[in-house]
Amino acid sequence: MDQALFQYLLRMGDSTLILSHRLAEWTGRGPAIEEELAVANVALDLLGQARMWLTLAGQVEGESRDEDQLAYLRDAHDYRNYLIVERPNGHYGDTMARQLLFDVWHFFVLRALTESADSRVADVAAKSLKEVAYHARRSADVVVRLGDGTQESHQRMQQAMDDIWPYAGELFVDDAVTLRLAEAGIVPEMAGLLPDWRAHVRDVLNEATLTMPDMDLANRPAHRGGIEGRHTEALGYILAEMQFLQRAYPGAQW
Amino acid sequence: MSQKQWPLWEVFIRGQHGLAHKHVGSLHAPDAEMAINNARDVYTRRNEGLSIWVVKAEDIVASSPTDKGPLFEPANSKVYRHPTFFPMPEEVKHM
Repeated sequence: MDQALFQYLLRMGDSTLILSHRLAEWTGRGPAIEEELAVANVALDLLGQARMWLTLAGQVEGESRDEDQLAYLRDAHDYRNYLIVERPNGHYGDTMARQLLFDVWHFFVLRALTESADSRVADVAAKSLKEVAYHARRSADVVVRLGDGTQESHQRMQQAMDDIWPYAGELFVDDAVTLRLAEAGIVPEMAGLLPDWRAHVRDVLNEATLTMPDMDLANRPAHRGGIEGRHTEALGYILAEMQFLQRAYPGAQW
Repeated sequence: MSQKQWPLWEVFIRGQHGLAHKHVGSLHAPDAEMAINNARDVYTRRNEGLSIWVVKAEDIVASSPTDKGPLFEPANSKVYRHPTFFPMPEEVKHM
């Protein structure tokens, strides 16, 4: 089994799965029905992507675990999602700040993955890329309107951006997994995505009249560890809700 | 909580090349660009559209219901104005 590839596929699968779950929490609580539908659409896109990544992860692992077993029967320390996606939703501006930083990274990483030397990885990336291009456009549009809105919305959007910012750094961390795979041309070096990401986020924040926080603030070890299985307490609560049915009624099916 | 509503937009979608845009419904959005985004999310999830128009509902000028008589009734008695007496070939669609 290619352990590095398995780990990387879990990173992508778990990050899309957990963010999808977070966004789905807005269902029935959105600030406007149009926003609620839009967020639910993004959640469903991400869920579809998570299924593809986790199915592929199961195949690479070769222990005949399918997408459901990987999603429902692993505990928090076996999850490999980036910490940013498990952060609580907060208010709608908090959710959109998190979404913007993730979407822009997601777009650039998928774009690079469409060139992967592993055609299975390239296929999943190509299928996901168009959806994510729209996600990034939409979250930017909302951030611009809240940032460049009223005095209150501006102040709250700036606070939201400052709060989530420290978690952006982990998206660009290279470790033994990514370096090994990058050498084989299967994934890009994550640090290489930073200039594009920074330029794009800066443009959006400028248009939103928001101040871009310092990149150094996103480099603290305290805000990293998700991709190695060290999570915040938030993930446990997410999994408790998401996995309850399979844990209580093992093997239950629709 | 004080609620300031976003303006209402009417949404028109063209389903195929060669067809006219058709009114599909309305939605709220803060501005035109977000109205297009919202229309995409609310009305084209099942691959319905090739093109979207949005227009502010307040910019649409509508005829008044009380004008119904003078506007439309005179046409009723002039059956010769209706092109229903011509046989149409099967191949002609969307007339």
